[in-house]
Order: sequence, then C-alpha cells, then structure tokens
Amino acid sequence: MRRILAILLENEPGSLSRIVGLFSQRAFNIQSLTVAPTEDPSLSRITIATSGDDKVLEQIVKQVNKLIDVIKITDLTERSHVERELILIKVLAMNDKSRTEVKRITDIFRGSIIDIGKQVYTIQLTGDAEKLNAFVETLSNETEIIEAVRSGCVGIARGEKALRV
Amino acid sequence: MTTQQFTGAEMVVKALAALKVKQIFGYPGGTVLDIYDALFQQSDVEHILVRHEQAATHMADGFARATGEVGVVLATSGPGATNCITGIATAYMDSIPMVVLSGQVPTTLIGDDAFQETDIIGCSRPIVKHSFNCRNVEEIPNIIAKAFYIARTGRPGPVVIELPKDLLMPMSKGEFHIEIDVKMRSYNPSIKGHHKQIKKAVKALFEAKRLVVYSGGGIIIANASELLTELVEKLDAPITNTLMGLGGISGTHKNFIGMLGMHGSLEANKSMANADVILALGARFDDRVTNNVKKFCPDAKIIHVDIDPTSISKTINANIPIVGLLEEVLQQLLDELDATNFTPNKEERTSWWQQIQQWRDVNSISYVQEGEQIKPQRVIEAMYKITKGEAYVCSDVGQHQMFAAQYYPFAKPRQWINSGGLGTMGFGLPAAMGVKLAFPDSHVICVTGDGSIQMNIQELSTCLQYNLSVVIVSLNNRSLGMVRQWQDMVYGGRHSSSYMESLPDFVKLAEAYGHVGIQINHLDELDEKLTQAFNIKNRLVFVDVLVDEKEHVYPMQIRLGAIDEMWIKKGVKA
Repeated sequence: MRRILAILLENEPGSLSRIVGLFSQRAFNIQSLTVAPTEDPSLSRITIATSGDDKVLEQIVKQVNKLIDVIKITDLTERSHVERELILIKVLAMNDKSRTEVKRITDIFRGSIIDIGKQVYTIQLTGDAEKLNAFVETLSNETEIIEAVRSGCVGIARGEKALRV
Repeated sequence: MTTQQFTGAEMVVKALAALKVKQIFGYPGGTVLDIYDALFQQSDVEHILVRHEQAATHMADGFARATGEVGVVLATSGPGATNCITGIATAYMDSIPMVVLSGQVPTTLIGDDAFQETDIIGCSRPIVKHSFNCRNVEEIPNIIAKAFYIARTGRPGPVVIELPKDLLMPMSKGEFHIEIDVKMRSYNPSIKGHHKQIKKAVKALFEAKRLVVYSGGGIIIANASELLTELVEKLDAPITNTLMGLGGISGTHKNFIGMLGMHGSLEANKSMANADVILALGARFDDRVTNNVKKFCPDAKIIHVDIDPTSISKTINANIPIVGLLEEVLQQLLDELDATNFTPNKEERTSWWQQIQQWRDVNSISYVQEGEQIKPQRVIEAMYKITKGEAYVCSDVGQHQMFAAQYYPFAKPRQWINSGGLGTMGFGLPAAMGVKLAFPDSHVICVTGDGSIQMNIQELSTCLQYNLSVVIVSLNNRSLGMVRQWQDMVYGGRHSSSYMESLPDFVKLAEAYGHVGIQINHLDELDEKLTQAFNIKNRLVFVDVLVDEKEHVYPMQIRLGAIDEMWIKKGVKA
C-alpha cells in the first residue's frame, strides 16, 4: 500500500543521507522523495512516498524516528490530507494540429504552457500522482514526449492538524 | 582583557577531561598529530597506544562493557578511521557507548581525494548511533559533549566525530565553552513505561500459568539486575538469558534455566516454546534466539519491554509493548504487583516447575570426557573452579564462546564480555585488555581459539607496554571449530578452509612478546597448569590448551525448526 510520510528534521549536513541510507540499508522502498528547508531555516522537511504493509510501515516510522536528527515523522495517509506533485513536460508541437491539441489537453488538465520552442512546448502541471499520470498518458496519445520531470509528491494534513516543532 | 584562546586539538583534550575521561585508546597519524601533541602536554587524559586501530575500538568497547562508561577511541583519517569500522559495528550491534574521534584532511582538501582522505562519516553511517562533522573550532567541545550524551543515553551506541586537521592546528584558535548538560530538541530518550501498559502487563502476569522471563543485554546496560532478580523471585518465574544477557541474574540462581537460543539449554528453549506468557526484558528476539519465526512460541502472549521502539515487534509481534528504561519499568512493574497483592498461584507454578524439571533432567548442557584429548568444556569448568566464578571472561567468537557461555555461570552483570551481535573474531583480547585496564586487580580472562586469537595477536605488544596481565586461555583445536562443526553437520564433512595448518608455536610467540607461555596437552596436567597460570601475577600468561578438535557444541537448534527443536548431542533429537 502506498504511503506518504512527512518528516521534520534538523537542517544539518548529512541528515538527508541518514534518511536515504536508512531506507536502502533496511530494504525499505522509496517511490519519491522531496526535501527543502522550512520557513524556519534550522529545519528541513522531507516527504517520502513509500509502500509496504502495516508491519513494514511501523518499522519505517520507528526507524526514522530513531535517527537523532529527526524531530517528528507522520504518516499523512493515515488521515485526510492533500498531496501535490509538479510535472514539467516537454512535448513535440510541430504543426497547428498538434499545437492546438496540446493546448486543449493542457487547458482541460488546468496546466500551463510555460515555454515555447520552434518545435516544442513545455508544460507545467500540478496535481496528485493519478492526475499527472493521466495527463502524461493523454499527451502521449497525441504527440511525442521529449522529456518529463516530476518533483515527487509533497503533502500536508487537512484541517487543524499540523506537523511542527 | 582577552579570554584565553585554544587550538581545536587543545579543546578536544580539554573537553575529554571535562567529561571525566581518564583513558583513551588510539593510534597516531598525520591528521591527529596536533591532538597527540596536546595529549603529551597534559596529564588528565592518558592515551593507550594500541598496535592496530581495530583493537583500539575493541579495547574501548571492553572498557565500556565492564564499567558502563563511554569508551573513547582516537584514530587518524583514512586507514586509521577505516580500521575502526569493525569495532564500531561491533559496538553498534551490542549497544555499547563509544565515541570515536577520527581525524580528517583539512577542510580545504575535503573531496579532493587527498592523502589519507576517507569519508568516514559516510563509511560509518549505517553502524553508528549518530555522527558529527566539525566545521569550526569553537563547536568542537559541545559536539564532543553531545556525542557522549547520545552514546550513553537511551539505547547506547557508538558516535563518530570527524575532526579536520585545519581545525586542530595552531592557526585556528577560539574560546573554550562546554555545556555538559546536553539538551536536544530532536533527541529525548523516553524514560518511564506507559502506565496503562504496565497495568496490562501485570494483568497478563497475574493470569499466566506458564510464565517465562526472557532477558537480554538491556538488563546489563541498564544496571537493572537487582530489580530483575527481585521481580523473578516475586513472580517465582523461570528465567532464561540471551547470550548478551548472561549475568543479568546469577547463573546459579534457582530460577535460572540457562541461556536460550541456538546453543541454549533444552529447558530454556522448551520453556519458551510452551509458555503462555513471555516477559521479554531488554532482548530483541534475534534470529539466533527464535530459530524459525513462523514457528515461534505459538501460544505465548508477549510482553516486550525495551528502550528502543524499533526492537519491539520487529521480528516477533508483541502483544503488550512497553517502551522505557528497564530500571524504571521494572520498578513500575514491581510497584504495580505490590499494589495488586500479587502472589503466584501455587498449584499452577508447581506444575510448571515440575514440567521444567523434566526438561532439566535431560541434562542438555553436558559432555563426556572420554579419550586422551582434553574436552574444551572441561577447560571452561576448570577455569570456573580456579577463579571461583569471579573472573571477567572476555570471549572471542566461535565454539569456545559458546562453551564459555554454557559452562561458566556468571554471578554478576558485566562479568561476561563478548561480541554477541556482530560476532567479531579478534574481539576477545583487546576487549580483555580494556577490562584489565579498568579492573587491574581482578582476574581477566580472554577465552579464545587458535583462529580468533590470530585476528588481533599484535596486541600482545600493547599488553607488555601497559603491563596488562590478562590470562589468555586458548582452546586450540587446530581448526576453525564452529565453521568445521557446520561443515560436519550441513556440508557433508567437507572441511573447506577450516583448518589452520600452519599454526605458530603459541608458547614461543607469547615469550617473543615478553610474556609467559604455557602449553597444556594432557588432561592430567590441566588443573595444575591452569592454576599455575592464574597464580602468576603481573605477567600476561598465554595458555595454549590443545583440545579435542572433533568436539561439537551441543545442544543446537535444528535449522528452520521451532525454538525447541534441537540436537541434544550427535544424532539425538530432543
């Protein structure tokens, strides 16, 4: 089962490598990982999308929590939450037909074209993983995908619940 | 008026002194020469020069295991640091408090593949509790204080500190400030057990008909053996210890049913398999205990107490998990038992103990001294008699380790020192040296074999330099006994690379290093010569005992079986 873990940790050199190392050392799976400092620059926040049964997840949460740098960890998927991912995708747009079609699909998915080349469009889209997958699939039926980059997901709990020191 | 300025090297030594460190173990080299220079010019901290950095880590480790204090290692960058890896991993697996100070090339050269540069923080990351890079001079003392705090609190473990050379040299100086009382927002080891869980546990203990207490190294680390003994007596429960937990309760206590696991006693493993409640204290259900986890103690409700939440429900699911310091939780359990006027049900206990007695009567920890050759078990028994069971026994890894665990009942915690988790051959001698340094007036034995002893034999030289009069008892079977045993039992008797076909003359070797060497070849001279060895004061004695090379360690769990499926002796199943 897919899970999204949010981790708040000291923004120290090497703290990210401890998280990544732990996952590989204990054969835990990482589907995506994003990291950046928070509004408090002494803290970093990591979002990891992972998968595993309850027993594996319990170990992941405990093992991450055990790392000295880690202040808090929460499994966002345990309760209602919002998750978003960003994709930048460069596609072939050589003639009117494909340009129109790419523009139309982008509009339907509420993405935006952020760069144009002689023969390519670069599109930005945010959403959850499922929406991004659908977008990529739809586009690929219409034109050739030159390059795509996904940010990995970030997430936050709905309502009053917050992950903070 | 300006405050006094210190170099980073001076700060390292001052910080160690402030943390009341008396001895550190190490080996000099390019990047740490400034620290060695600072050490030379003071007398608070004594440096013990080993002959190989691995031995420095084991020596610090043995010192830490015997005293409960943090063991400190100093090594240079590159090979000095990488030589520490095995010792760090050994300490990590057995939760031993250790701080390793490693040199590093100057910050300006980091990443350039400079001479003797290794990313020791990266290398050691999976085997440390935590590690620190130092990037400015004035943070050094507080990093060291933090490292000590992390190493010794919670579930203890090794901490590595990387010290780049430019921070240690006279060119960069700073003011010395150290805060011994460390507070960290990201690290607060929990202390007390959850009250509701304590109540649940006591209810389960009340209802237990076939209760077993299973205690591990956590009891030793927490100095909780008196509380444990009190609890066991109050519950009138049988108690088994893991290899790491031996000495947690006296090996001669009437409720003690021996070590459990792969080479544990039949009564220990049978009791576990038939228990309806298992009270696990500072133990981690590792694979050398459980055997096949799918068949593990099917009827048992498990109460698991540990300071480390990751140890709980890792391999075996706990029904009542309790996270907390053992000394606190044991006291809580005792108080709660008192509050509920606990007395064990006499009838049920009697029938449980009668059942256990039947398993005890099989006498699974036994051997037959037949033939001309000395049985290794007989040597351990002699050792026990001569030292009245009071020696520190530091073991290497292999058959001799199991024989020592089986045939030397330990009266007290911290008396039995061995690499249980990692199983590091070469651990025994340097560990014994660390213990001897801490307790110079006690008998300190290194039980070893012809394989293990050669993995850190160079330390005989260190022993001479610091007059560490350890008694080395080598059960010499001219082979790698445990490997050979597995080859006999599992690999059709094909002894692939398990012979030591060109052994040195250990007596001459000991003498060459300036020590006393004694060889024992016949049973009738065993007691006398061994007694003689223990009577030699202020000299290291190397006792080379030629033992029966065909002897196997029994009992032994049958692979993939349940915890109590065992070979009692060759070809005899329980």
